Amino acid sequence: MPFLELNSVSKGYGAEGARSEVLKDINLIVEEGEFVAIVGYSGAGKTTLISMIAGLLQPDAGSVKLRGEAITCPGPDRGIVFQNYSLLPWLTVFENVALAVDQVFPQWSATQRREQVEKYLAMVNLTPAAGKLPRELSGGMRQRVSVARALAMEPKILLLDEPLGALDALTRATLQDEIVRIWEQDRRTVVLITNDVDEGILTADRIIPLSAGPSATLGPSIAVDIPRPRNRKELNSAPAFKRVRKAVLDYLLGTGGRQKTTVSRKLTLPDLLPENLDEPRTLFGAKRVPRRRSEEKFESVELA
Amino acid sequence: MNFFKRYKLDSVLLPLIGVGAFLILWLAIAGRVETRKTLDEFGDPVTKTVKTGLSPDLPSPAETWKASKPYLAEPFAKRGELDQGILAFTILSLSLVMQGYLIALAIGTPLGFFLGLSKTFTKAMDPIIQVLRPVSPLAWFPLGLVLFSSVKFIDGGGKTVFGASDAAALFTIAVCSMWPAVMNTAVGVRAVPTDYLNVAKVLKLSRGKTLFKVLLPATLPYMFTGFRLSLGIAWLVIVAVEMLTGRPGVGGFLWQEYNAGSYSRIILCILTIGIVGLVLDRLMSVVESRFKTA
Repeated sequence: MPFLELNSVSKGYGAEGARSEVLKDINLIVEEGEFVAIVGYSGAGKTTLISMIAGLLQPDAGSVKLRGEAITCPGPDRGIVFQNYSLLPWLTVFENVALAVDQVFPQWSATQRREQVEKYLAMVNLTPAAGKLPRELSGGMRQRVSVARALAMEPKILLLDEPLGALDALTRATLQDEIVRIWEQDRRTVVLITNDVDEGILTADRIIPLSAGPSATLGPSIAVDIPRPRNRKELNSAPAFKRVRKAVLDYLLGTGGRQKTTVSRKLTLPDLLPENLDEPRTLFGAKRVPRRRSEEKFESVELA
Repeated sequence: MNFFKRYKLDSVLLPLIGVGAFLILWLAIAGRVETRKTLDEFGDPVTKTVKTGLSPDLPSPAETWKASKPYLAEPFAKRGELDQGILAFTILSLSLVMQGYLIALAIGTPLGFFLGLSKTFTKAMDPIIQVLRPVSPLAWFPLGLVLFSSVKFIDGGGKTVFGASDAAALFTIAVCSMWPAVMNTAVGVRAVPTDYLNVAKVLKLSRGKTLFKVLLPATLPYMFTGFRLSLGIAWLVIVAVEMLTGRPGVGGFLWQEYNAGSYSRIILCILTIGIVGLVLDRLMSVVESRFKTA
């Protein structure tokens, strides 16, 4: 029995009639302990996909199963790290994590729960910031709190929804390494959603491209057969890296790319010739108009 | 202007100029007392005092000060039920306002929460709220008297401690000042980011915990803006309520002094109401800013 299984899942938004299909016929199997990255265009429905795994959204068709049980509602067995951190701004870093721990482990003693919070804050290197409010932290630190909160619930599966999307490149790189480091400590099942192919190759066991929407669907699974630990510097020249990268990009830009559409549109060329300055200026400027009228032409453009 | 800026005079001087201009305007339209010596029809000299000016009955600043002095000098004196020091009146008014205001918050906040949480409830209640909101305190008071006509609490000596007019007074203050608290709470609840609610869902927080750990803290800044506006209205309503009931208080005193023809003290009352209102607003905005999150 697969650990996480999505079976011909479809999801759309909007009312009957004006309905737009976001995801269509999604099939995904993730084994226990696997790190899977789903790479796709922005706006393709990546967040919708992970929301369905989290149980925040219900699929229109098909089934989402965790260990054979259908997912009907969100729960702490699926820790999710949201794109925009989603920390509660009136709680300190410690309290944000403690809220999750207290909720998931009510049977533990107060000391145990405090130790749990401290353990995971230490894991993301945020022990010194425990007493701070989220607004006093940088984006990268906030995202680490969010990761600590998700991990402290000891979920069966960790869902990362473009966790590093809002960060600058340098912070991104540091946090990518940190996510891998944390993952290697207990090898929990992870589904990472990202729009960065390199991020996927660096962290994941498998990469699955998501084609462009509307009606996005998952492409073939591409195994990342690069031994761990992966070194960022050496990676760039590794043949395996190049191969995986090419396979993912080929799918995203090729078959799974945006469907080519052509539109025909009217183009108006601007007046290129200047006013005739030899003519005297009259009250309405009638004589000094440009000597050539705007030209109009029709053109067919292929949309990328 | 450089000179002003260097010594930070403009922040002191300009308000002073404003106040001065206001006083001059007041003095210009206030009535003046003139003593005229004329001969009566028998040819005897008599002195007559005549009030002249744009508004002959309006007391001048100096007269106002003179008439107000005893009330300011002994702010807590109690010479009679409707003859007390100005601060004694203020405290009486404030205590009534606070009671009405607390009733307003106790009803308004949950109502706002329900409105924010349920679209069905909003649709059902919206017409009623929109119609009731602009109704003046003067209109509510008689209805309060009718509603609570049977309310009567009598103490041991047979004196009414809390009668229909007291209940009506509280009702009027509560019903008039409730709306900003209701509306702002509702808006605040609707504005709670979905992310916070998703967190609550993922953690499987119970309804009560979601309310107290997520919804309430996220709504607090909006709620306190509403509370501040509500307090302002509650203080506005007090004058109307005290005039209608004749209760001792700033508004009651104002109305009594008008009936007694001592117009100077009306101005004293107006200034007191204004200053107290300003202080209340400032206090509430201090509280409000403490609850600003993120």
